[in-house]
Amino acid sequence: MKKNFSVSTALWTLTIKEIRRFLRIWIQTLVPPAVTMSLYFVIFGSLIGPRIGSMDGFDYIQFMIPGLIMLSVITNSYNNVVSSFYSVKFQKSIEELLISPMPNWVILLGFVLGGVSRGILIGCIVFCVSLIFYPDFTVANPPLTILVLVLTAVLFSLMGFINAVFADSFDDISIIPTFILTPLIYLGGVFYSINILPDMWRNISMANPMLYVVNTFRAGMLGVSDVSIYFALGMIFSFIGILTGSCLYLLNKGTGIRQ
Amino acid sequence: MAFALEITDLKKTYPGGVEALKGISFAVNEGDFYALLGPNGAGKSSTIGIIGSLVTKSSGKVKIFDIDTDGNNEQAKMMLGVVSQEINFSQFEKVIDIVVTQAGFYGISKSEALPRVESILKRLGLWDKKDVQARTLSGGYKRRLMIAKALVHEPKLLILDEPTAGVDIELRREMWTFLKEINENGTTIILTTHYLEEAEQLCRNIGIIDGGKIVTNTGMKDLLGSLNVQGFVFDLDSPLSEAPEIEGFPLKLEDPLTLVAAVNKDRSINALFEKLSEKGIKVKSMRNEANRLEELFIEMVKK
Repeated sequence: MKKNFSVSTALWTLTIKEIRRFLRIWIQTLVPPAVTMSLYFVIFGSLIGPRIGSMDGFDYIQFMIPGLIMLSVITNSYNNVVSSFYSVKFQKSIEELLISPMPNWVILLGFVLGGVSRGILIGCIVFCVSLIFYPDFTVANPPLTILVLVLTAVLFSLMGFINAVFADSFDDISIIPTFILTPLIYLGGVFYSINILPDMWRNISMANPMLYVVNTFRAGMLGVSDVSIYFALGMIFSFIGILTGSCLYLLNKGTGIRQ
Repeated sequence: MAFALEITDLKKTYPGGVEALKGISFAVNEGDFYALLGPNGAGKSSTIGIIGSLVTKSSGKVKIFDIDTDGNNEQAKMMLGVVSQEINFSQFEKVIDIVVTQAGFYGISKSEALPRVESILKRLGLWDKKDVQARTLSGGYKRRLMIAKALVHEPKLLILDEPTAGVDIELRREMWTFLKEINENGTTIILTTHYLEEAEQLCRNIGIIDGGKIVTNTGMKDLLGSLNVQGFVFDLDSPLSEAPEIEGFPLKLEDPLTLVAAVNKDRSINALFEKLSEKGIKVKSMRNEANRLEELFIEMVKK
């Protein structure tokens, strides 16, 4: 019997298992975002975009690229963790994790790293697709872009984890992405700058957390933003802190996973 | 001798008020092969769930090799392997990946795990199927895979929750041989089963749980020894049309060539043979009726 438990090996194992899972079903996980985003670029970028003109001083397709990358990163990070953790619960293979000596923070981190890996990989795929339609794109602030990319993937992986903890059916894992997440992202400045909105709608939009994520990423890629970058980064870090604490509390309490 | 498992005043009340465990206490010696029996809903799975951290206890203590699972869960879990009642692995992964991943969850690297995984899979007859998706395995092979998973980190205490449920007789016998072998090599085994013959064949000690309470906790021999009446099955040389009447020995004819006798503990079986001879009945062979434990079990859970 092995006497000492190696946390790093356990974390590596769970992370690789999670990455292997979404790579194994690449037709369902990696291809759809590439196809959907290509359609967005063709229709809104190449066909309608020239009629719209410029947005915040950029070609419309260029303005849209960061928003569409964020849209993909958010939905894929979230969906990866919510579907993977719920499947583990559904198939009862959660027992493998609970019986093992892995601490709860390792279980959480393993799933989050799986979600982050998928989110970043999809982000890179969408960026590559965008270069086909707009080859001259240059990233204004690469460190900020990478930082926001990673933080966003972490944030939405954590949200997906909480959704999965409370989910009792497959319906429960699609309600939040469909009815809450997607509308908030679409209304969070993916396709437009909130500066074009009337005052009332602009003020309402300021309450949408997705706006801060999308605009901070746009600040990294294009160098322009509708909101304060420091405020937005502060909010993202705060939410990550709060959600991490909540996830660990739920795991320690055994909510949704232990009887 | 150290206890492999020591449970003290363990209680579990589920949300909704169902009291599954009403303060059970028992201990299992190191190296033992222990049967934990009980009817459905008696509290067996709750007990195993609490030991394996799948169920949160309401109160009480669980110690694995003297390590309190409350205080040092990691060390206690390293010594524990659990084969759950229901299939609990990802059905879409390959057999070898499932077992190697399970080793990884115990902090064992892939390179360290592979030789061990190969040996366990070969021993359980799964090596030929190592590259197939688990969902394509038959029920029996899935059960073997569950055992392989539980053994990959070489636990000192192995708990099996109805490991042979739904498994054919041949595979069940193979599993018995395998479990006896690992027990002889020093692994303490706790077994729950509905096949009482299985418990009788394999286990040295037995605990019977009913209604959330331990109703007996003793040695298998002592328990069987407490039976006042033993059943014997006689294979006859020539057929009978009806069971003979012999005073003091109730006899039942199962079929024209099989006679079943209930022999009281204070009576000699030789006397029965003599009486059968007097009646011209020749016995070709004789065996114990296999349901001795079953009789006791039913008697105890009826109380």
